[in-house]
Amino acid sequence: MANVFPKWVNTIPIKVIVAIILTVTAVVCGVTYYATPKYTRVGYAPIQPVAFSHALHAGQLDIDCRYCHTFVDRSEHSNVPAANVCMTCHSMVRKDDPMLAPVKTSYESGEPIPWVRVHKTPDYVYFNHSVHVNRGVSCVGCHGRVDEMDVVTHKESFSMSFCLDCHRNPEEHVRPPEEVYNLDWERPDTEDFKKEAVGFVHDWKVNPPQSCSGCHR
Amino acid sequence: MATTTQDSSMDATQAALLAKVQPAELQEQPLVTNNRDFNWVTDKICRIVETKTPTWWWICMAVALMTASFTGLGLLWLVSSGVGVWGLANPINWGWAIVNFVFWIGIGHAGTLISAVLCLLKQGWRTSINRAAEAMTIFAVVCAGIFPLFHVGRVWFGWWLFPIPNSNGIWPQFRSPLEWDVFAVSTYGTVSVLFWYMGMIPDLSVLRDRAVQRLKKNAYEGAGALAKGMDIFRKNFYAVFAMGWRNAGNHWRNYEMAYLILAGISTPLVLSVHTIVSFDFALAVLPGWHTTIFPPYFVAGAIFSGFGMVLTLMLPLRALYGMHDLITQRHIDNMCKICLGTGSIVGYAYIMEFFIAWYGANPYESFAFINRAFGQYWWAYVMMFSCNVFTPQLFWFKKVRENWALVWIMSIFINVGMWFERFVITVTSLANDFMPSSWGYYSPTMVDILTFFGTFGLFSVLFLLFLRFLPLMPIAEVKFVMPAADPHGHHGDAKGDHH
Repeated sequence: MANVFPKWVNTIPIKVIVAIILTVTAVVCGVTYYATPKYTRVGYAPIQPVAFSHALHAGQLDIDCRYCHTFVDRSEHSNVPAANVCMTCHSMVRKDDPMLAPVKTSYESGEPIPWVRVHKTPDYVYFNHSVHVNRGVSCVGCHGRVDEMDVVTHKESFSMSFCLDCHRNPEEHVRPPEEVYNLDWERPDTEDFKKEAVGFVHDWKVNPPQSCSGCHR
Repeated sequence: MATTTQDSSMDATQAALLAKVQPAELQEQPLVTNNRDFNWVTDKICRIVETKTPTWWWICMAVALMTASFTGLGLLWLVSSGVGVWGLANPINWGWAIVNFVFWIGIGHAGTLISAVLCLLKQGWRTSINRAAEAMTIFAVVCAGIFPLFHVGRVWFGWWLFPIPNSNGIWPQFRSPLEWDVFAVSTYGTVSVLFWYMGMIPDLSVLRDRAVQRLKKNAYEGAGALAKGMDIFRKNFYAVFAMGWRNAGNHWRNYEMAYLILAGISTPLVLSVHTIVSFDFALAVLPGWHTTIFPPYFVAGAIFSGFGMVLTLMLPLRALYGMHDLITQRHIDNMCKICLGTGSIVGYAYIMEFFIAWYGANPYESFAFINRAFGQYWWAYVMMFSCNVFTPQLFWFKKVRENWALVWIMSIFINVGMWFERFVITVTSLANDFMPSSWGYYSPTMVDILTFFGTFGLFSVLFLLFLRFLPLMPIAEVKFVMPAADPHGHHGDAKGDHH
C-alpha cells in the first residue's frame, strides 16, 4: 500500500519532542525568572510627592528609625509620620526651601502628604511589626539598607518563602535587640555568636508560626 | 521398553473406559457466534465509523450536550460565587462532591480490570468489550476529576495539587490521602489513556487503509463530494494516529510486548487506586470511616459498579449496532457473574461492618452503624442495601441473565446503589459524629444537582464521539478468539478459507 504521507514526515515525532522540550524549558525558566516576586516586586521605586532622602536623614544625620516611624515597636503597623514630625526640625531648618512646600502645605491644612506605598503585604496576610522588631528582627531584613537610599526601593521579594525562610530558621536571622535599628550592623560569623543566637531564640521564646493560620488568620 | 508397554496398556484401559462411559462432549460457547469469518468482523467494526451517522446518534448527542451544559452551568456558578453554592456546611464538609468523585472513579475500574487483569489471566471474552470499557474508564476519570478539582474553590490554583516548586516555599501535604489521590488518579488516567491508545493503533491503521482503498477505487458517484471529503479526512486523521503502523511482524512483536508491559503496570492500579480513594475515609478518625475493611470493600464495590456500567453501555450498543455475534450471551453471562461475585463481597462487607461495630464494643462505632441504618438517612441506606445486595443475587439464575432488558435495568440499579453507598458512607458519618451538639443535616443545592447530572451528559458526549470516530472493538484480538482462528478447530463449515 502506498504511503499516505511523504517520507520526511518520519522526522516529525523527533522534531515535536525537541520542540516540546525547548518550549517547556523556556516556559519554566521564563516563569521562574519573570513571574515570581523576585522579579515582579524587587526594584519598585515610585516617585514620591516629596523628594525625601532616607540616605540623608537616616544615613548621614543618623536619625533613629523610630524618630519618625514612632509606633513600629508598639504596633502591628509601622506608621508613616505626619507633617508635624517633619516640622519639628524643618520649622527652623531650611524652612523656605521650595522642596519642602508640600510638607508645609500639609502641616498647615492638615491634609496628609500622598506618599506612595512601596512595601505592601497582601490583605490576607497578618503581619505585626512590633513582634518582629522586639524579637531581634531588624528593619534591614525586609527593607534593605534604607539608610543608603535616596529613593526608597523594594529590595526583597516579600514572597511567602521569604517569610518562611526566617520563620523556619529564626536563629539564623535574629540579632541582639539593641542592634535592631542599626542597619549597618553585620552578623559576626563566629561559633560563639551562633550559640548566642540559639540561646536568644530559646530564652526569648521566639516561636515563629509555620502553620497557615499563623499569618493567614 | 517396559514403561512404554505400561503406557500403552494404560492408554488402552482409558480408551476402553471412555468408550464405556461415553462422556458428553463439553461444549464451550464460542466467543464469536454464527460462524462469522474474519472479513465480517473487520467490516462490522469499521462500518460503524465509516457509514453515515445514524439519526439516533444525533438525537443522543443533542440530549447529551444539553445535559452536559448543566455541568458547565453548575461549575460557572461555583467559580463565580465560591464553593458555598454547594450544600457543604459544618459539620458535613464533604457532600455530593466526594460522593460523585468516588462514584465515577469506581466506574472506571471495570475498564482496567477487563483490559489488564483479564488480559494477564488470558480471558478471551475480554476482547469484544475491552475497548469500550477502557473508553468508559477514561471518560469516567474525566468526570470524576471535575469534583475534587472544583472543590478547591479557586480552581485556577488547581496546580497547587502537584508538587511544583514555588515562591511560597511550601509543598502539598504529602501525609494527606487527598494528595495520594492526586497521584493515584493522575497515574491511573495516564496509564489508561496509554493503554487505550496503544491498543487502538492497529485498528486505526485498518481504518486508514480502508479509506485509502476507497479513494483509490474512487467509487463516489452518487455518494457526492462529501463522502469523498470524509474519506480524505479519515485517511489523514487515522494515518496520523496510526503512527505509520504497517502490520509488519516486528510491529506486532513490539505491540504484544508493550501491551503485556502495560497490562502489568495497570494490574496493580486496579487495586491501588480505589484503595487510596478509600484512605480518604479510612485514615480519618471518624466512626464509620476508620476501618481496615475499607480498601478491599471499596475495590470490590468499584469493580461491581464498573461492570454495572459496562452492562448499561454494552447492551444498548449491541442492539443498536446488531453485534449479537460479537457480544454474545457468554459475555453477558460472564459480566453478570462478576457483578454477582463482587456484589456479594460488597454485601458481605456491609454485614461484616455491623458485626465488627458490635464485636469491637466501641459505643461510637456501634452508634455510627445503627445510625446509618435507622437514623435520619435510613432511606439512603435502604436504597443502597436493596440495590447492591439483593439485585446481583438475581444473577444466580440463568433465566435472569438471558433476559437482556432485565439485566440492563438491574445494571442501572447497581449504579444507583453504588452511588447511594458512597452517599451513606460520606454523609452519615459526618452528620452524626462524636458531639451531638454539632450534628447536622445535609442536603444538596441546585448547583450540586446540576453539576452531577451534567456529568452523565459529559460522559455520554465523550462516549458518543468515541463510537463515531474510533474502532469500538480491537479487530485483531477479536479474530484471535474466533473459532476460525483455532488451528485445531472444525472450521470447515466457516465461510471462506482461513488457514
